[in-house]
Amino acid sequence: VSGATPAANSLYSDVIRDRWRRPRHRGDLPGATAVAEDVNPLCGDRVRMMLTIAPEGQISDARFVGDSCAICTASADAVADLVAGRTRSEAAALEVGDVLAVLQAEIRPTRMRCATLPLSVLAQALDGKAKA
Amino acid sequence: MRLDELTRRDFPILERVVNGHPLIYFDSGASSQKPRAVLDAMNRYYERSHANVHRSIHTLGEEATELYEVARDAMQRFIGAPSREEVVFTRGTTDGLGLIAETIGRTLGKGDEIVVTELEHHSNLIPWQLIAKDRGAVLKAIPVRDDGQLDLAALDRLLTARTRVVAFAHVSNVLGTITLAKEIIAKARAVNALTVVDGAQAAPHMRLDMSALGCDFYVLSAHKMLGPTGIGVMYGRRAVLDRLEPGRGGSEMIKEVWIDHAQWNDLPWRFEPGTPPIAEAVGLTAAIEYLEKLGMDRVAEHERALTRQAIEGLSRIPGVTVYGPPVGIDRGAVVSFAIEGLHPHDVAALLDAEGIAVRAGHHCAMPLMRRLGVVGTTRATFSVFNSPDEVSRLLTAVAGLRSAL
Repeated sequence: VSGATPAANSLYSDVIRDRWRRPRHRGDLPGATAVAEDVNPLCGDRVRMMLTIAPEGQISDARFVGDSCAICTASADAVADLVAGRTRSEAAALEVGDVLAVLQAEIRPTRMRCATLPLSVLAQALDGKAKA
Repeated sequence: MRLDELTRRDFPILERVVNGHPLIYFDSGASSQKPRAVLDAMNRYYERSHANVHRSIHTLGEEATELYEVARDAMQRFIGAPSREEVVFTRGTTDGLGLIAETIGRTLGKGDEIVVTELEHHSNLIPWQLIAKDRGAVLKAIPVRDDGQLDLAALDRLLTARTRVVAFAHVSNVLGTITLAKEIIAKARAVNALTVVDGAQAAPHMRLDMSALGCDFYVLSAHKMLGPTGIGVMYGRRAVLDRLEPGRGGSEMIKEVWIDHAQWNDLPWRFEPGTPPIAEAVGLTAAIEYLEKLGMDRVAEHERALTRQAIEGLSRIPGVTVYGPPVGIDRGAVVSFAIEGLHPHDVAALLDAEGIAVRAGHHCAMPLMRRLGVVGTTRATFSVFNSPDEVSRLLTAVAGLRSAL
């Protein structure tokens, strides 16, 4: 990525920088059937996940909006990628390792919550308990 | 000689290399570093004089008690409190504010009103929310103007005959705003409301004078003013402390105890239940003596110069927004800023890669973030050991960050 400093290169993978600059799944999802939103209490970051789930349980589309850092945004984008086309139970079984594999990044402990927030929002959306 | 040239070698931690760069520590607003004098004093205490205070009738007990009470005298002098009985040790600012809220809270009734401000740290907001909920009291907030100052015209409208408490920060931990404390205190007093001042960001930076300020309560933390963690101070005006029941119970705060009642100890011990942070008090004395030797006016002048350099420099960088009072208005050693297209956490992580420690996020002031229309800011705070060269390096680093991600 042009303009990246050596520090940025060592801290953020190419995938994170790319998904931060050009997320594939950011934006509203009209007609979403499962929606949840949550904040990271450490920093105030906010992520909203929206899913369209067919009656038989297949997730046909997933999108997100939010006000979040590069890691959290890239993670939300990766989560949306990962759940599309899966069943509800497959999506619920996703773990942070699956997301980090997409991001091709090692996340430091102080930033791990940035990476995991979208997954916990996904879980809330699948639970259907969170208010939209 | 500049203050940082005078003090730099006194801070062992500044010898650290972080991510291949000499550490530049711009997070004293969260917790300052400690001079060797503080570390040595605490070690010496633990190696030679440690015992519990006040009721240990042996040599070490006497020494520990003496050292603990000397800290109170030092703090009385440091904050310009009329008497030592008004200086109560706590575990820190949050603890002090909680203690005050619980203590005053018991005297509040349904419909009584508490006034806070839109720029408060959560520590000076949540305790009041809890009390308001418990007592059926009403919580109101003084809004923040666009220039970062509190809207005192609005305060005139918020104050009523039912206002019992006005609680506010002396210096904003986000904007650096030095609030118009004397005016607020005068207005609160006019309606017989108690005033509670959060001095966490003011104490490390400027000369304090409780007699001149005239507030009823003032709280601070040692760890933000070169002292250890785990100890703070609640100053309480004697006339107020005298008429308040202790908020918390335990040993030390009583004179005589029966199964169903007790007689309270004298001030200040009435508000200090349990074994206090003794070693921390010893460290606090050393921190106060260190600051007094430098002179608080000189400390303020040094930090003012760094703050001004940072604001002016950051404002010149394209895409950077600086929050808080404009240049020319005095403020605490706090500079919050944003870089267009970058999230504060990423800014902090990228600066850390260059050895620069800043804070990023909501700074425990979410209502203020909402007022600013952001989820967070990046914040640099300055202390006696920071240099103009370090500020220059921050400015260079920030200028290089815009296209970093």
